[in-house]
Parts: sequence; structure tokens; C-alpha cells
Amino acid sequence: MYSDKVMEHFMNPRNVGEIENPDAVGQVGNPKCGDIMKMYLKIEDDVIVDVKFKTFGCGSAIATSSIATEMIKGKTVEEALNLTNRAVAEALDGLPPVKMHCSVLAEQAVKSAIYDYAKRNNLSYDGLDGFDPNDEHDHHHDIEEDH
Amino acid sequence: MNKRVYLDYSATTPMKQEVLDAMMPYFNVSFGNPSSIYTYGRESKGAIDKARDIIAKSLNSSPDEIFFTAGGSESDNWAVKGIAYANRSKGKHIITTNVEHHAVLHTCEYLEKEGYEVTYLSVDEYGLISIDQLKAAIRPDTILITIMFANNEIGTIQPIKEIGQIARNNNVYFHTDAVQAYGNMKIDVNELGIDLMSVSAHKLYGPKGTGALYIKKGVKIHQLIHGGGQEKRRRAGTENVPGIVGFAKAVQLAHENLEDHIKHITSLRDKLITGLKEKIQYLKLNGHPTKRLPGNVNYSIEFVEGESLLLSLDMVGIACSSGSACTSGSLDPSHVLMAIGLTHEVAHGSLRLTVGDFTSEEDIDYVIEKLPPIVEKLRQMSPLYEKVKGGN
Repeated sequence: MYSDKVMEHFMNPRNVGEIENPDAVGQVGNPKCGDIMKMYLKIEDDVIVDVKFKTFGCGSAIATSSIATEMIKGKTVEEALNLTNRAVAEALDGLPPVKMHCSVLAEQAVKSAIYDYAKRNNLSYDGLDGFDPNDEHDHHHDIEEDH
Repeated sequence: MNKRVYLDYSATTPMKQEVLDAMMPYFNVSFGNPSSIYTYGRESKGAIDKARDIIAKSLNSSPDEIFFTAGGSESDNWAVKGIAYANRSKGKHIITTNVEHHAVLHTCEYLEKEGYEVTYLSVDEYGLISIDQLKAAIRPDTILITIMFANNEIGTIQPIKEIGQIARNNNVYFHTDAVQAYGNMKIDVNELGIDLMSVSAHKLYGPKGTGALYIKKGVKIHQLIHGGGQEKRRRAGTENVPGIVGFAKAVQLAHENLEDHIKHITSLRDKLITGLKEKIQYLKLNGHPTKRLPGNVNYSIEFVEGESLLLSLDMVGIACSSGSACTSGSLDPSHVLMAIGLTHEVAHGSLRLTVGDFTSEEDIDYVIEKLPPIVEKLRQMSPLYEKVKGGN
């Protein structure tokens, strides 16, 4: 059901853990749906120099967290905000339709962390327009039309 | 790494060799249609009659009370719809529980759309119904009580005899889904006051696609499958002769070895329960400590999610199941785990390990060795675990 790439990231997730004194922390998801992602960022001169994550969730939630951290590490904040759930899913050679919500969660975890960074530093980013980290909307239903 | 340990006997069981051997001739040698009058047909018919006798005897019932079906789900559908349709002049009220198998639950929901009323009894933290609540739920228009013998997820065994007594006292039919119980405990339908009972072959080392419904003599029930005159005109369709023969062989073996079987799997179950508890913190055993199927272990492993546990266990060759939503494709975790009062996150972290006749002590040792580091790895990744660790 999962691609080899998903299984590889699930079994050997990259960038697991926490960052001491992070410049930003974001958390999305809720226990009700069975997945929670927490992302820590270290940002220097607008570049994400380090990123770590912790995830409670299924195999694909762990794999999407892992690959998302790889995809934004070394990127500027603006570039990281351009990360889409589709790009995350594609980088994993696809996800089963019922698991697409995990890629949405990964995208939101990145945005949520950057939102925290913007707030701490009084910054504003176009890529955060319309993003509400406390939005409790159901990410499962968000992508229903996609498949 | 080729070791494989199968611990999902409640999902299905491997067929026993004797069962396969008994079935084989009925595919290509004695392959006749049991309804045909020539020798081929009579051979098949004779095999079915013999099978019916064996199954009837195992339940202390009579052969004309056993009707073969395509499995547990069909038996459940037939019992619930058949009783509902045949007795609607008396009333349209059904009593069941909120921990039934979906074959009963969804059938009840279907009947609700047809104007029937269903009372879903709740259960306590162990998954047991309350006899007082059952008594209070009975009304003059109640036609059926359908309560499972033992739960497929958490293994809790209901007070079947008391339920049977209450049903009888109130002149209400009592159906029980005994798919998980049959072959794992002694069942005497007369002693227990059961009017209808669903059973399935593939849960007791028989073939898939074969089951039966016990219908006590005199019970008013409609047909579910219409067509030819098979099964005394009550269940149409050419009989699955090899399946029925295999079912009976499996029942015969189960019946002959019942005490040893129960002893064997109970000891493995308890070894697994104890062994995991000793090695993993923050475990909650779901289900009743003693009123429990002999082969069932169901643990909630806090701070981790079930599907990631299953995937990790599969990588080391261990097959089991979980009540996590992620394993079913739905949003909600198992209705049974929610019914016993677990929070969503604890329900998402449930693991069901069910042992059977081919499980060895070494298999259990292997799981006790492999599971703890998997849990630890996933917990290290879990944001829910941080707080607990911080508190230590």
C-alpha cells in the first residue's frame, strides 16, 4: 500500500527530535484524527539552517514529516512557504488517497512553525496569507476532492 | 530475516491440514450438485448431512436447526433481518449493543431506515453490558435481542446465559454472534437459552466463505436468500460442499480438543499479557481481565499510533491488528474502544494480538523481545510522550 520511499522514510526518519532554543515551533493536527506533528526551526539570516520534528501518527504521517524537513532544510523562509502538500506526496513517490491528508499536515506543520517565527519577529510573509495555525478545520476533509 | 509470527487469529486462522484433506475430494471427485438425484449428487448430499450432524452435536442442538451460509456476516444479516421481517406484526423494536460486529450494527442501522427502532445498550469499561439496562430496555414491541457472545476486538465475553433467561422470560428472540467464541469455548445452545446463533468456519481453522446460522425449532424467521429449495427451503443457493465438509472437520477437531486448545492458548495469552506489561510502560489492557476470550490480548500503548506499530512489527515479521483509524481508512478509531471509554489518542494506539493453535512459546518470546524497542523508537518520535518524560 505504501511506496518504498514512504517505508524508507518511515523506518529511517530524518531530522527526528527537538531543537534547543528554536527560533520557531509549530504544531498541527489533533489526537482525534490520530496524528500530531510538531516542527522546530533554527533560522539564520532568513535561512532555515536546522529543522527537527516529532510526530504522533501513522506511517505516512511520519514519512511526510521526515521528507518535509529534508525539503525545507537550507531553504529560505519564503522558499519553505512554497512547499505544497502535492510536492511532499510526489517526493515520496505518491501516497494512497486516504493518506493524502498526511501531506497536508506536513505542509501545515511547516507553515505553522514559520507563522510562529513571523510572530516572534514581527515579520509578515505573503506565503502566510490566509493561514491560521489555530484553524481546527479537518485536514482529512480538505483533500477529499483531490482523489 | 525470514521469521514470521502470525498473531491475528481473530481475523482469520490457517486451515488445518486435516481440514484441507477432508475437503479435497469434494472439489473434483465427489463434485456433484447435492440437489441431483444420481450418485454424484447423493455423495455430496451425504457429506452435507454428515457435516450438519457434527455441527449440531457440537452445540447440543439438532441437525434440522443448522443452516449453512456463506459466513458470519450472512448469518448475522439473516438472523437480524429475518426476525425483524417475520415478526413485525408483534413489534419493530430491537435491542443490541454498541460493541457489536458491523455485520449486526450496520444491519440494525439499515432496519432503522425501514422504520424499526433499535436500542443500543452501552457497555462498561470492560466491555460488559448491564443486565439491569437490558431488562429496562425491553418493551412490549421488542422482537429481538442480538448481543454478541464474545467481542472480536477486546475479547470480552457477555453474560449469555443471563441474557438468554431474560429473553425467554419476556418472550423475545435472542440471537448471538458467536463467530469469535465458537471453537474457543463450550457452547450449549439449550443450556444458554439461545434462539439464533451465527458461526463461521475460518475462525476455527476451517475454510473462508462458509458459516452457519443455528435457528431453534419453532423460531419465526424470514428467508434472506431467495431462490432454489436448498437448506429446507430457507437458504437458496447450491451448497458450498467442500466448504461445509471443511467446516465440519474443523468443528470436529475443535470439539475433540477443546480443553487442550483452551489451556494452550490461555497460557500463551497470559504469557504475552504479563511479558509485555513487564517491559513496556504506559500500557492499558483493554477488555475484561477474566471474562475474556482465551486467545485475545488487546493493549493500548500510549503515545504511539497503531498503524505505525503494525508497520514496524510487520518489518520484523509479526502480523497483528489495531483499532486505529489509520488502519481502516476511516477517521474514527474502533467503535468498540470508544464504547469502553478510551480517549481518541489512546484508542489510536491499540494493538490486538490474538494467539491460536499454531502459536508457540518461542513466538511469544519473539514478540516480547521485538515490541518494546519498536514502542520506544516511536515514543521518542512522539510529541505526546515529551510531557510524560519531562515529568519523570
